[in-house]
Amino acid sequence: MSRHEHTGGPAHAHGHDGYDADPTHRHPPRPDLEDTPLAYHQVMQMAVVSLLVEKGVVSADDMRAQIERMDALTPARGARLVARAWVDGGFRERLLADSKAAAAELGIDLGPIPILVMENTPETHNLVVCTLCSCYPRFLLGLPPDWYKSRSYRSRAVREPRRVLAEFGTDLDPDSRIRVHDSTADMRYMILPMRPAGTEGMSEEALARLVTRDSLIGVAVPRAG
Amino acid sequence: MTGAAPRFAPGARVRVYERFPPGHVRTPWYCRGKTGEIERICGRFRNPEQLAYGNTEAVYEVLYRVGFASRSLWPAYDGCERDRVEIEIYEHWLEPLSGDMT
Amino acid sequence: MNDARRHHDMGGLEAGAIDRGEHDKAPWEKRVDALMVLLGQRKILCVDELRRGIEELGADAYERYGYYERWMASMTNILLEKKIIEVGELGARMAEIESGRREALR
Repeated sequence: MSRHEHTGGPAHAHGHDGYDADPTHRHPPRPDLEDTPLAYHQVMQMAVVSLLVEKGVVSADDMRAQIERMDALTPARGARLVARAWVDGGFRERLLADSKAAAAELGIDLGPIPILVMENTPETHNLVVCTLCSCYPRFLLGLPPDWYKSRSYRSRAVREPRRVLAEFGTDLDPDSRIRVHDSTADMRYMILPMRPAGTEGMSEEALARLVTRDSLIGVAVPRAG
Repeated sequence: MTGAAPRFAPGARVRVYERFPPGHVRTPWYCRGKTGEIERICGRFRNPEQLAYGNTEAVYEVLYRVGFASRSLWPAYDGCERDRVEIEIYEHWLEPLSGDMT
Repeated sequence: MNDARRHHDMGGLEAGAIDRGEHDKAPWEKRVDALMVLLGQRKILCVDELRRGIEELGADAYERYGYYERWMASMTNILLEKKIIEVGELGARMAEIESGRREALR
């Protein structure tokens, strides 16, 4: 069952709160519940925020500003680092050794939590999971996808990574090895995928567009074109 | 930051304590009692098992990344024998493998 | 040994196929996330406490609640424990919001 199905009533085709009401949108919006009864924890959220605003703990502007900061964090940031590493071997070395300093060269702030960059090679494929919760390099990739937080992914990625990869359409050479990184504590991880064949001569910007979020988590690999 | 020098060096063989305390811990159940190898020292961080209970004075502890052969974690593992799972583990969860003191 | 595994600690368990469907984060979910970040920055609540609180919701709530519902439940409990907010005012405010919403829907 959907973990969210109890929170919502029927979807209405309104565009409240910035929603894209186009039914062909790639990720169908959930009903945002502006015109349905509120679920219990939504009421709780509104009440807690309003009390904290009254007490001066946070302000409505703080909330808006933080949501804007979060919305600005997208996998395009990780993709830029990867594309630069593909065209600049020195940058690649620096990214693997100290991602925060390397990202700063491109004006990208990796935030307070160390991010380790793990490099895929013809011999080794890397995959990231957080079995205990949902740790994710949000300063580089934004908020994690639903499946990353799911029971199925968290349970299976450490035990049967090849079958998990196959479900994402990623078939590895049986002789290559997998390193699964369980993000249990104070590190976060991003994968540096291999540059696809047939991309010689492509611009850095064009290369960055090949780098998908899923390839930065390690469940997929970038494809040329 | 305070604290003694790291007890283990990269490459050292270690065993995860087979302990099952109640409360918030960061060592996954599936690696308890298993043997692995220090992949790297990540640095010192305040112990999250103390932070989780509001202890803002939580001690700094050495955090390691420990690599485990997937076959040692999962008896029926059928992937490549060199497949590994690497896990962040705090020093107080690790003991040297007997006869392999560092 | 099985008895000692806590419900959120699920690495290696049997589980079904991965549902790769995704939803855009709803505005209220973003507000929960933003509130957690702000409380962390103000040293009122750290992510380790958030996680401990989520785990303590129990196995049943862990499965039934959505992701940000778990966050909200945990954050609220800890804010109450720390006396940042108080049960009476929280209950009153929730009732006000619910009745206001019911009025608006009539």
